[in-house]
This record gives sequence, structure tokens and C-alpha cells, in this order.
Amino acid sequence: MAATSSRAAKVTLPTDDQILITREFDAPRHLVYQAWTTPELVKRWWSGQRGEVTICEIDLRVGGTWRYVMTANAGFEVGFHGEYREIVPEERIVYTEVFEGMPDAGGTLNTATFTEIDGRTMLTLLSLCPSQEVRDAIIDSGMEGGMQEQMDDLEQIAISLG
Amino acid sequence: MAEPRRRQILDILAGGELPVNDLVRLLGLAQPQVSKHLRVLREVEVVAVRDEGRQRLYRINGRALKPIYDWVKPYERSWSERFDRLDLVLDELKTKERADGSDE
Repeated sequence: MAATSSRAAKVTLPTDDQILITREFDAPRHLVYQAWTTPELVKRWWSGQRGEVTICEIDLRVGGTWRYVMTANAGFEVGFHGEYREIVPEERIVYTEVFEGMPDAGGTLNTATFTEIDGRTMLTLLSLCPSQEVRDAIIDSGMEGGMQEQMDDLEQIAISLG
Repeated sequence: MAEPRRRQILDILAGGELPVNDLVRLLGLAQPQVSKHLRVLREVEVVAVRDEGRQRLYRINGRALKPIYDWVKPYERSWSERFDRLDLVLDELKTKERADGSDE
């Protein structure tokens, strides 16, 4: 049996311009792939706890584009878009990703790989960034979001005290 | 740590403290090259060294790496939150598939 700890996302930085995310799912890979590529389903998980997905467009073919927009809990919008470069159904998707708030920084080239072992799926998501600065900014964005959550928590506490 | 060899050295040392000779063998590089990488890693203090008899033993300096880990953690958390939601979607898809299967 897989330990529950293997369910946590693991982020490593293989080189100065890369980010590698891995996560195991208790589901066969055709379902993980479906949840990853179907707009109505992506809308339900992609924003995590940080907001609501308002736009999710997926044209899943080589040369096709995608665009996700989230309204963050704090009210501001963040958008991402890109293009599909390579698609091996249920196995691998290679796509570009541009953060619309920093379009001049250049986008990342991402490879999502789905590997099934005994009915479970290992997802690896490797991002190649145009520079270390962009890579670092992406990692920093987690901190901004995290701080936002802490602010939200504080606000909740403040409301409950009021 | 852009140099893949240095990353490799850290991966090997993550398994435990080692003398240079073992690193040379595991990396398949010439000793001067390995020593050069180790010197850089020591300068930025991600690797520490101590002498034992005639051997120099190298190890990862966990304290130096901790800030990197702390820095990555909020980003990691944001993905964990996403994937926790994805788990819920997957549970639903699995249940649906099972129900569809039993209908046939």
C-alpha cells in the first residue's frame, strides 16, 4: 500500500531553470488524463484554494491553444495561456505556458507525463523556464499566494472577533 | 547548481557521506573534475567536508539547503491544494466509471 505521504505534491529544482512537480494519484491514468484535459473538470481543481476558474479553454491538438483564467479570492484575475506542442493521449502532453501578468518574461515549456502502475498514476510535470529569474519568480508566486491565504485567514479571524 | 554534475554530486551525497574516490567512481569523471565541482559546492556551502585519517569525506550541508526547501514550500503547497481537489474529481470519475460498467 502506498503511504499517504506519497499523495503530497513534491517540487524539486533539477537545474537553475527547471521546476519538477511529481504527484501520485489513486486512479488509472485515463481518468487522470481526462481530469487534466476536460475544461469542465479542470475548472473544478485548477485554482486549488486560491480562487475560482472563470475561463478554461482547451483545444487539445498539436498547435491548438489553451487559456485558463482564475479570479483569486482577493478579487484580482490571473490568466495563463499557451500552445500544445506534442500530444500522446493518456501518456504525455508538451505545451507552452505564458503568465499573462508577465508576458514579456517569456513562457515555460512544460511536459506533463502520466505513468500508470498497478492502477495508480504518477504524474510528473517538468517546466523549462527561459531563465533563472523567471523560474524564481514562478516559485515566488507560491509565496504570494500563500501570503494571500494567510491574509484571508487573518481576515476570517478578524471577522469572527468582530 | 546549474551544472548537472553538481546536481548529481548532491544526489549521490544525499545517500550519505563519501570519500572523493567513491564520488569519482560513481560519476565516471576524472578526479580533477570532481575536485573542481566539490570546490564550488563547498564555496557555496551546500557541501561540507571533514578529514578522517587520510581520507577526506564529503557530505551535504543540510543547513545550507534548508532555505531552498523553505522557499519552495509555499509553491509546493499551492500544487498540493490543486491536486487535493483533483483527487475529488478523480473519485467521482472512478465511481461513475464503476457504475457505468455495472450497467452493462
